[in-house]
Amino acid sequence: MTVQLQPPFRYVGHKRRVREDRRFVAGGGHYAADLVLPGMLHCAPVQSEHPCARIVAIDASAALALPGVHAVLTGAELAAATEPLMNGANTPLVVRYPLAVGQVRYAGEWVAMVVAESRAIAEDARELVRVEYETLPFVLDGEAAMAPGAPLVHPPHGSNVLLDRHFVWGPVAEQFAAAPRKLSYRVRWGRSSTVPLETFAVTARWEPTDAVLDVWASIQMPKFPDQIARSLRLPGNAVRVHYDVDVGGSYGVKRGIKHAVLVGHLARALNRPVRLVEDRLENMTGGDMQGPERVFDVELAFDDSGRVQAMKMRALDNVGAYAGRSPFQLGKPIGAIVGPYAIAAVEYHALAVASNKTPQEAVRGFGQAPTNYALETGIDKVAAVLGLDRLEVRRRNFIRADQFPYLIPSGTTYDSGNYHGLLDKTVAVADLFAERDALRAQGLLAGVGIASCLEPSGGNSSFEPLLNPANRTTTWMESCRIHVDGLGGITAAMHTTTSGQAHETLVSVAVAEVLEIPPERIRVIRPDSLASLPSNSPVGSRMAIMLGGAAVRAAQKLRHQLMQIAAHDLGVPLLHLRYSEGDIHAPDGRKLSWLELVLIAHREYFRLPEGMEPGLSASSIYMVPTGGQLPLDDKVQMYPCHSFEFHYVLLAMDPVLCRPEIRRYIIGHDCGQVISPDVVKGMTLGGIAHGIGAALLEEFSVDAQTGQPTAASFMDYLLPSAHEVPRVEIVHQVTRSPLTVFGQKGSGESGYLGSPAAIAGAVNDALAPRGVRVDQLPMRPALLSDLVAEGTSA
Amino acid sequence: MQLTLHVNGADHAIDVDDRTSLLDALRDTLGLKGTHAGCEHGVCGTCTVLLNGEPVRSCLMLAAQAEGEVVTTIEGVTPAPGELSVVQDSFVETHGMQCGYCTPGMVLTAHALLRANPAPSRAEIVEAISGNLCRCTGYGQIVEAIELAAQRLARSNTP
Repeated sequence: MTVQLQPPFRYVGHKRRVREDRRFVAGGGHYAADLVLPGMLHCAPVQSEHPCARIVAIDASAALALPGVHAVLTGAELAAATEPLMNGANTPLVVRYPLAVGQVRYAGEWVAMVVAESRAIAEDARELVRVEYETLPFVLDGEAAMAPGAPLVHPPHGSNVLLDRHFVWGPVAEQFAAAPRKLSYRVRWGRSSTVPLETFAVTARWEPTDAVLDVWASIQMPKFPDQIARSLRLPGNAVRVHYDVDVGGSYGVKRGIKHAVLVGHLARALNRPVRLVEDRLENMTGGDMQGPERVFDVELAFDDSGRVQAMKMRALDNVGAYAGRSPFQLGKPIGAIVGPYAIAAVEYHALAVASNKTPQEAVRGFGQAPTNYALETGIDKVAAVLGLDRLEVRRRNFIRADQFPYLIPSGTTYDSGNYHGLLDKTVAVADLFAERDALRAQGLLAGVGIASCLEPSGGNSSFEPLLNPANRTTTWMESCRIHVDGLGGITAAMHTTTSGQAHETLVSVAVAEVLEIPPERIRVIRPDSLASLPSNSPVGSRMAIMLGGAAVRAAQKLRHQLMQIAAHDLGVPLLHLRYSEGDIHAPDGRKLSWLELVLIAHREYFRLPEGMEPGLSASSIYMVPTGGQLPLDDKVQMYPCHSFEFHYVLLAMDPVLCRPEIRRYIIGHDCGQVISPDVVKGMTLGGIAHGIGAALLEEFSVDAQTGQPTAASFMDYLLPSAHEVPRVEIVHQVTRSPLTVFGQKGSGESGYLGSPAAIAGAVNDALAPRGVRVDQLPMRPALLSDLVAEGTSA
Repeated sequence: MQLTLHVNGADHAIDVDDRTSLLDALRDTLGLKGTHAGCEHGVCGTCTVLLNGEPVRSCLMLAAQAEGEVVTTIEGVTPAPGELSVVQDSFVETHGMQCGYCTPGMVLTAHALLRANPAPSRAEIVEAISGNLCRCTGYGQIVEAIELAAQRLARSNTP
């Protein structure tokens, strides 16, 4: 059980510079593509032109004849030398290799990899690779892929359904039978992603004498070294992943297993360092980083006061051509399936369906943002049906502050919250409804959007055994090691990559708080995977809780060691000693300074307590609070902590062009005890910007006739610029978690989890006077203006 | 082809393929890794450098086109090793970044803006950085950084 540190804090929660920023503003970040190794070779993929086709023959002779070309690797050759990539779902016949084997399953899939002295030569050579295809029928739509007779993406699997799980939690049928009111609706979440500005990059080098593979990769991936080793048939300790690479944005998607396995294989086969850096086109089409694409069919049972008693939700996710971990994105939202609402019974049908589209990867929130959009749409519809205020309906359904800890039907206990309090504080900032009416009086289409949702945080893997009973993984840890050198300098190690979340700052502040030593005096390093303790990487909004927890635990152990040394040296019982800013004071006025304690630990063994090991170091491998149990009766405790956010948005559109313009964006945010205020603020603002993209602009569209991607560059996949993202007003509330070292919760996904729902609500409120309604994302201006002109809904 | 690039105050004689972009020449030939590739088709602004003080996309220019021009990269605005310009320091103060990948382009764009317009309005800042995409921050703390830099520069004698 975690013993929680209580405020006031010295460093936690105070405005403080983010230490990583100094190197970034100077252009001194260490990104994977910056690495130059002697003799390094470069890759360019040959990509499939067809969404589905049999590979009849590959003729690389002309490419190989080009000076500077070293190899053209095909899928058949790679498959003979490696194990398939890991499947998350229980689908052993859905086999995936980094290169297509025998058949291509989406336009853009890697068919062969050209390796040459330079990237330019590799690109020239790939134009010379002749691939003969026999095209096959394909299917793009998720529902069509489930229909009888649909082309099978993986014929040996026998179906396109990769995951089909049906849950009933609580008396759903009884509640629906008894409820005076019901409604049903469908919403669609379009295929978008986080699209980091840095594409995926990886370099691998094989050291034949040491028999070790060095990997520098732009990754955010749990158990990455294990997966590389397994696929390459290497022992785990023969893969050394360098975690001191700075990742140029990820937000979930930088998994990079296929990239690293392929480059690792090439580095061994060619005995040369090999690098693959995607260009943008390759990234958008074959980088396997697109997010969920979902159709939700939802039914709600509620009473005349707007209280929702039960929900039935079917979520159909089009996961694309291969599975990977993507079906689990239907599982994580189970931990907050009722959002902030006291809904007593839920039926949930999760379907992951394969299609001839780019495979899906984890995206910020791991499926939570689409689920929140579906749920919030329903709450708005309940209000509309009853003619009630949308704020009031939320107030009536919110779990009350005095009900925590609160067990939801699917088995998760919410740790803490004050939803009513934050709603009230947020709406007190402005009367957006009055501002909306003023805009309407000017002839604009104007609407207010509201969304209240949770950010499950702390991250564990409970959805894995819940969705796939063959998978019994429940351990989900994070680690920190602290070392004090002979001169008294403190170095703390974290054991994963970092992609902009200021983890080094987090560790320094957490250690500083315990040791009462300024964070600036603590160096934070990221050793390679062979020198690291176990980590599960910065996924699931977990690092403030988990890395923060590990850092505090390790620092507490170190502090205890110092106290033991002092107790022995001063001859005073430990409980009578007082630790202050690195020094230890005895009741009689004697003290041992930090440097004296370091001296004893490092040089004066005769002063150490009997049996104590010399030096000063401590480590913690911290298990996720409340985690570790297998599911029981289809229920499980998912993430431990639950941040809350309340979005309150004013949006206006010209009635002809229908280009949505966000006039005001107010967000109430509660992630418990804040550790680094500027970091939390940035996460929230950035998450809202992602949500604006998902709601209004971004979509990986595909031509229905040809299966070709039609949004493969930034000219047609539209990312929000500074013009599209408004100034955001943040309202703070702190409801501490009882489960964590400082009372903190996660904030890595904040903003994004509710902004698409809020913006969609605002658009629909704006369209309501025209009798138009849109229940699909993204709501691009062309769609909206057509609907308004025609007076129809979508 | 052989050409001379004037980068960060020094001439560099280089030998590159005719088709080499300025971005690749800076990164691969001169080893200036602070300039990053984002989209390589001129949309995202990640590769921004200053050409005679004006922000340009180094992915859309050939290295040969930069001969005879004054090129400034992020490495060229740092006053001395370990020190930061006022603009850079302001980005740190407001945490106007997260992953740091777009940051060199943003900082250079901000330098160019403040040189041309020492007291920009919020709208002028937004307009200036609208050609530089950032996926992390939602731009809020970047705008704050440039506002802060303008205030600081107004009180100082050195740009």
